[in-house]
This record gives sequence, C-alpha cells and structure tokens, in this order.
Amino acid sequence: MNPSLGAEIVSLSLQHLRLVGITIAIAAALALPAAVVLARRPAARRWVLGFTNIAQTVPSLALFGFLLPFIGIGEHTAIVALTLYALLPIVRNTLTGILGVDPAVRESALAMGMTPRQILWQVELPLAVPSIVAGMRIATVTTIGTATIAAFIGAGGLGVFLVRGIAMMDKQALLAGALPAAAMALAADEGLEWIERKLSPA
Amino acid sequence: MPPILEIRDLSCELGGRPILRHIDLTVEEGETVVLLGRSGSGKTTLLKTVNGLVPASSGEIRFEGRAAADWDAVAMRRRMGYVIQDAGLFPHWTVEANIGLVPRLAKWEPARVAARVETLLETVGLPPGEFRHRYPRQLSGGQRQRVGIARALGADPPLLLFDEPFASLDPITRYELQRQFLDLRRTVRKTALFVTHDVREALLLATRIAVLRDGALELVATPPECLKARTPEVRAFLASLEDSGRAN
Repeated sequence: MNPSLGAEIVSLSLQHLRLVGITIAIAAALALPAAVVLARRPAARRWVLGFTNIAQTVPSLALFGFLLPFIGIGEHTAIVALTLYALLPIVRNTLTGILGVDPAVRESALAMGMTPRQILWQVELPLAVPSIVAGMRIATVTTIGTATIAAFIGAGGLGVFLVRGIAMMDKQALLAGALPAAAMALAADEGLEWIERKLSPA
Repeated sequence: MPPILEIRDLSCELGGRPILRHIDLTVEEGETVVLLGRSGSGKTTLLKTVNGLVPASSGEIRFEGRAAADWDAVAMRRRMGYVIQDAGLFPHWTVEANIGLVPRLAKWEPARVAARVETLLETVGLPPGEFRHRYPRQLSGGQRQRVGIARALGADPPLLLFDEPFASLDPITRYELQRQFLDLRRTVRKTALFVTHDVREALLLATRIAVLRDGALELVATPPECLKARTPEVRAFLASLEDSGRAN
C-alpha cells in the first residue's frame, strides 16, 4: 500500500465520520423532542411514525436523486437524506422507552406530587435512556453504511473509494473503502452498546 | 377543627358507566378508614378521586377543611402519602432517593432530607446502613413495600392513602407488615384511608370500615359493629372467612 493511499483513507474516513456525526446530531436533536411530544399524543403518533416509516422505505440512492434538484450536489443533500433515515430508529426507540415506563411508577410519581415536567425529566427520560441509546446505535450503524452511497452525489467520504473501485474495476480501492467503513460500523456498534449497558438503570 | 377529609355526595362516571354513586364519607384525624369491597366495587376509584388521579363527576371533596377544587393539585398531593400494590418505587433511584422524594420536591435542605430518610428507614424497620444505598431490585417484596410506606411518610403528610399495599405479599410477610402498620399508627398517629378486598385485613387495621358494593357505600361502621351488622355484602365477606376456616 503506497503512502498516499494511506493518507487518503485517513482523510476520507474523517470526512465519513463528519457526515455521520453531523447526521446523528441533527437526527437526535429532531427525534428526541419529537418523541417526547408524541408520547403524550397518540393521534399524532400514527402520522409521524407513518411518515418516518415511509421515508425509511425509499431506497437511499433514489432519495439522494430526488433531493438533488432541490438542494443540489454535495454534502448538504447527503446530510438531509441521511437524517431522514436516522430519524425513525431514534423516534421509535425513544417512544418505546418512554411508553415502556411501568404505569405504577408513573402513577406514584404523579400521586406523590411531581409535576409532569418533573416526571419527564426525573423519571421517564432516565428510564428511557437505554432504549434511546439503542436507537442511536441502530441509527449510527445504518448511517455509516448508507453514507458510503453519498459519494455518488459528491458528498465525499469512504464511498469515494467505492465509486472509483466500481468504475475502474479496482479491487484495492473497493477494499480501501469497504474495510474502514465496516470497521467503523463495528466500532460504533460495540462502543454504543457499551454505553447502553453503562447507562441501564442499576 | 375540621375533619381531615370530607367526601360529600360524590359520584363518578367513567366512559358513561357509573363507578361511584353518592358517596358520603368523613375521615377524622387519627382514624384508619378501610374501604372494603370486592373487585370492581369502586374502592380504588374512590381512593383516586381523593388525590385527583380520577376526576369526580359530581359531589365535593374537602381536604383539611378546604375544597379540593381550591387546592393546587400538586400541593395537595404532596400532603397525601400514597402507597400502592408493589410500591411503584422508582427503579433507577436508591432507597434513599426514593424515600427523600417529597422532602426534596418541597425543597428541604439536603442534610434535613438525609436525617429524615434515616429516621423513616428505622421507623419501617430497615437498618439505614444496610438499605440506604440499595436499589429497589435488590429488595424483597416486603422490603420494597416498607420503602413504599417510608416514601409515603416522607414529608409527614396529614393523610395517607393505601391502595391494597399488601395484596401481593406472601401471608407471613403480609401479617408482619400489618402488625407494623398498627405499631406505626401508635407511634406516628397518622390518618389513613386504606383500600383492601381482604376482610381479615380490614377487621385488623380499621378504626372504621366502609363497605362498598357496586359503587355505593353499604355500611360505615367500626369492626365490632360490622360483625354485628350483617348487611348482604358484610355477610358475603364473613362467609368467605368461615369457609376458609373450615377448609383448614
């Protein structure tokens, strides 16, 4: 392996991580408050989950293509599309976590004179943390994989190697893209699983 | 001094179905009034209308001489301890944090909360050194229920509400906790409204028993008067006792 390939792997990996990091940050910032609101509104829940479900079923390449005329080529389009995919697992898991709190616990919290806000922050969210982290984990791992396709619309990242490898029938380029992406996904999975265990209520 | 709790002509409908019909009940300071009834008699609903978890359809509740409607619900609930079956402890909090809940909500100094928790653990018979830092899952059912009672006593509320607190315990632990409940009443002189379907428990703990049948009060009387009264529901409950005696 020549040194310039090594340097390229590092720089594209960093770019890839950047894409994933920004995506997950935006997705979490949207999904967490949404889930908190939806936990109190069963009717709205159906609509929003329906929308995120549909977003999830659109093939990623098609979604990238669909967004191109609106946002143009490059990183922004990729981040919008990846965020749409990352929303569902986070919303769904956060909801599951909040709604899964033992009704007896919620009832006694209310009966002891906690306000709804105190119940949310001191009881429901802490008890939902393992489930929230599980959602973030699924979202992160999927995003690492899907982000490779973002190279097709000029967003960079490890997908650049894949595009080049496919176009030039270059096995080394394919591996240079695929292996770090796989390693990244595995590391994120392990790392977040560890955090999930750490944060599970004792 | 007004009674701690006055319930006047209270009715409650849920989904168009009448659950409570024209309940009148007064609880004086120091009393333990036991709401006795079979499943579906409305006894838990009645308890929950008292702390506003279930809204009444008509009638009036007065707590400490003031209409429930004039109370801020959160402030009123902090003056009513609440103990339910299986305790409903917060699984992510230690015993200490659970018991200190209401004092902390009332913004007590941390040192005062800690001292209060220590006293309460001793009151319910759990050595503080051993139990303070445990989590609910590290406790037996009986210990959890003791912590539940200690939590309800937290900020020394004038009224305690119990919803079948001992129903899921084994008979021996249940009896221990019932004895302790009686001791507690002697030492802390608390007023309590206590829901149960166990007539033995009602006879043991009550200063007065309120018998509920199909959402209406059939009888409110002291345990000895109840034994003599022989209304239909009382008779049915006593028959269940005699049969279990014969079977043994």
